[in-house]
Amino acid sequence: MPAGALDGNGGVCMVRTIATASLPVLETLKIQKNRLESGNAQVKRRLGIVTGIHGDELEGQYVCFELARRISEHSECLNGIVDIYPAMNPLGIDSITRGIPAFDLDMNRVFPGNEDGSMTEYFAAKMIDDLYGCDMVVDIHASNIFLTEIPQVRINELHRDCLVPWAKELNIDLIWVHGSSTVLESTLAYSLNSRKTPTLVVEMGVGMRITKAYCLQLVDGLFCLMKKLGIWSGPTTEPRTPLIADEGDDVSFLNAPVAGVFISTAHHGDLLKRGEEIGMIVDPLQGIVLARMNAPVDGLLFTIREYPVVDEGSLIARILRSRPEQEEVQDV
Amino acid sequence: MRTELIYESRSLYRDSFRIQGYAFGTGRKAVCVVGSMRGNEYQQLYMASQLIRELKRTEGEDRLTPGCEILVVPSANPSSMNIAKRFWPIDNTDINRMFPGYMEGETTQRIAGGIFARAQQYEYGIQFASSYMTGLYAPHISIMKTSLEYAELAAHFGMPYVILRNTRPYDTTTLNYNWQIWDTKAFSLYTAQTERIDRESALRGVQAVFAFLASLGLVKRVEKLPCGSADAAQAEADSRTASQENGDTDCVFAAGGPDSVLPPRIIDDSHILSVRTPAAGLFEPAVSAGQAVRRGMLLARVLNPVDGGTLAHLYAPADGIVFFLCGGPMIYEHTAVIKLIPQ
Repeated sequence: MPAGALDGNGGVCMVRTIATASLPVLETLKIQKNRLESGNAQVKRRLGIVTGIHGDELEGQYVCFELARRISEHSECLNGIVDIYPAMNPLGIDSITRGIPAFDLDMNRVFPGNEDGSMTEYFAAKMIDDLYGCDMVVDIHASNIFLTEIPQVRINELHRDCLVPWAKELNIDLIWVHGSSTVLESTLAYSLNSRKTPTLVVEMGVGMRITKAYCLQLVDGLFCLMKKLGIWSGPTTEPRTPLIADEGDDVSFLNAPVAGVFISTAHHGDLLKRGEEIGMIVDPLQGIVLARMNAPVDGLLFTIREYPVVDEGSLIARILRSRPEQEEVQDV
Repeated sequence: MRTELIYESRSLYRDSFRIQGYAFGTGRKAVCVVGSMRGNEYQQLYMASQLIRELKRTEGEDRLTPGCEILVVPSANPSSMNIAKRFWPIDNTDINRMFPGYMEGETTQRIAGGIFARAQQYEYGIQFASSYMTGLYAPHISIMKTSLEYAELAAHFGMPYVILRNTRPYDTTTLNYNWQIWDTKAFSLYTAQTERIDRESALRGVQAVFAFLASLGLVKRVEKLPCGSADAAQAEADSRTASQENGDTDCVFAAGGPDSVLPPRIIDDSHILSVRTPAAGLFEPAVSAGQAVRRGMLLARVLNPVDGGTLAHLYAPADGIVFFLCGGPMIYEHTAVIKLIPQ
């Protein structure tokens, strides 16, 4: 067992390996976590922070660093356990690969895994085993490289009642309760939630980059969550009040009608009026505008295209439709 | 044969993305065959091309049954294949994880929607499928267990094995699953290869489709002359000469497949035995796909990639047939590198 390190405030942080597998040539693959533990409660409550399931999503890296740093600085305020898993897909992070390199698989489609299965299924099963029983898990994703998202929590409608009150602690801007889908049953969050381990999925920022402001916003929220869990007694901010999208037509999608290069004119987080321009799709060869992309509804621009090249059908934007009762709090 | 444009979208700097279908006969929508859907499915494209070629010949010989239509879609993803990429060029999504599709959605959802709008019109659907696991398969037909009322029809392909596949969550967005949901009787046909052309097993797959079409009465078998007669011997010799000149293999297509075949073994996929490697390293198989093996027989060795020593011996856990054999030179710990159909 690896040695734990005292942090000077009576707390202990300990890096543990939860799963290993030999790679073919002179390398061992390890999935690791850092356990931050302090306090004298008989039964300590446990928060799991997970990120890096998709190797091209890096926002969670800064969150993990900053969370561990702040907790270690004031571990006297910790009365419980925070397990930080910064890299569920180390090979993907190392090689700028979204899925699992060599297997061409999306890791978030192999849960709950199988301890007797392939290497990927084996790792997935070990992750579920290790996270099972947490009082709360937060699975941090960035968007992919194509889109930028405001900080948000996405919740399967099946778990709405249990999770929405907790999501409100995370200091995010939006809670999106989406419809149930069979294909999502192979995600980490679904697998844990269906095993009575409550799990929140955070989406924010963009792939392959770190958006420092969003990361710090979420870190503040994680301390609010820890306080609500009863494992943090230090100072916290007041979490901002998120907008909630929970009806089928709350979110409006805007897809590219033609292939071209998208040039945005609106900004992420803008409040838009119907018909207002979001951007245009241009043809650089001919120097012409192929299409103007306008807001189909009044609302908040919470997703916008980041990667300029688009095919017909590429997602350009998502807009949270304004509702009268939400207009007062739309300040993101 | 009629050529039809099933789906098209324009590109910024490349030629338009086009999916073309090749229809034979008119009338009742009988069978739709989909070939390559991923950019690395060269074997599947080859099979589809050979199927179209033989259907053209069948049509030319007036052996298509009137009143029925057969549609073949040889390539559902030429854009990826032309750049040697498995999934969609920009966002790396898999068209076969987008069904039934959505015409107002993202790019590959629209492509899937375009294919499905046409493909779902048919009573039977056949996909030349591939697995995410790279390797060699014993040729077989696979049916998802979502709908098994028609499983006995799989025998008409004349393939040795029919695998009944337990549906997993990620299967629900595949073509075959959605075919079943929308009342098309769907079959996945697997041959030995994906990224390389294995001519023998590809042509066996095409032969299997012809056998199935013949069993449905969609193509007429060639009248065979009495076996052993001088006329029969001459006809066979003529056929062989013509085939060689044309680069053809034989006239099994014209015959609509073998006259009699052993009934296939129908196997629930949960009964297939996986042989997992306890070590990672270089993979040295000692058997081939489709081979019969005895319990305790050496199937493969795992070698230390540095000093060449043996890290593990993999033995057959039971008498059976090698159903799947890993195709890569390197293997990962815990991975099922060989699968056996038990006797």
